[in-house]
Amino acid sequence: MSAEPRLVEVRKNVLKQNDVIARALRERFRAAGVQTVSLVSSPGSGKTAFLEKTLTLLHPRYKVAALVGDLATENDATRLARSQAPVKQIITGTVCHLEAAMVQNALEGWNLNNLDFLFIENVGNLVCPSSYDLGEDLRFVLLSVTEGEDKPLKYPTIFNSADVAVVTKSDLAAAVEFDEAAAKRNIQAVRPGMEIFKVSAKTGEGMIEYVEFLERRRVRSRAAAV
Amino acid sequence: MHELSIAMSIVEMAQEEAERRGGAQVQAVHLRLGLLSGVVKEALLSSYEMVCHSTPLEGSQLLIEEIPVEVFCPQCAVPRLVRSIQWFCCPECGTATPTVLHGKELEVVALEITE
Repeated sequence: MSAEPRLVEVRKNVLKQNDVIARALRERFRAAGVQTVSLVSSPGSGKTAFLEKTLTLLHPRYKVAALVGDLATENDATRLARSQAPVKQIITGTVCHLEAAMVQNALEGWNLNNLDFLFIENVGNLVCPSSYDLGEDLRFVLLSVTEGEDKPLKYPTIFNSADVAVVTKSDLAAAVEFDEAAAKRNIQAVRPGMEIFKVSAKTGEGMIEYVEFLERRRVRSRAAAV
Repeated sequence: MHELSIAMSIVEMAQEEAERRGGAQVQAVHLRLGLLSGVVKEALLSSYEMVCHSTPLEGSQLLIEEIPVEVFCPQCAVPRLVRSIQWFCCPECGTATPTVLHGKELEVVALEITE
């Protein structure tokens, strides 16, 4: 027994287990030709309304499905089921974010070859989900007009980890004197070049442009996979 | 607050490594933590202490090296450290850049052990 500590090199990613599962999921999604989109935002920014509208707009033409994460209740899955798309609720208990293993478990028994789009709605949280890769092709971060234009500056990590920003509840913009230019400037500051959509799931404003973007992305990923 | 589950992974990882080395005693864990990792240093330190309680790692230290955010400036064509994570641009020429080279690290790099 020597009392002198010895330094041994390890070099291991702490989230390796999650990353390995996420990578396997991404490969499965690619092989099945399903475009996978995850949604992150703070609680109450309108993820579920946005997703319900998205599923409804895509559903007649494409095969779509969704997984929704929440700490408790199946309310979101019930709401989303109105779109006629297959929906599964992931109840995380006390866990504040989704992990790749939860997505993997939820997909058990699903034939991904039958899908064109899969949406994964994360738990409402702008902090923890940023560290966990779910194997998605695109991560959307939502910001509602009622939350304030400086949200991206307060939560730069999650905005930086996302691929697309969606400003939601645009129908309320005038009522809350939302400064769109400032919001866009802040988003660009933490993630230069990020594509931004402004939508209202209620009135449908901007939803067509955003759905067309999804369709283009799907064509592009399928072409890349061939 | 996902620091607790991350601390659990770190302790598990260190314990496995120690067992592979014939049941060595872990004195300290060296961790590289990027400023964009989404993990808060203070929360991780207190979670680590909590998780180590009543395990062979009780009393061990978590030594954190914070990794600043480094981006690639397309204008200067060199890596640069950003001045603030609220402003992803080159600190020299001001060109905005989304290319992050470092700052997302969350890795155990070494252990201090006694045998």
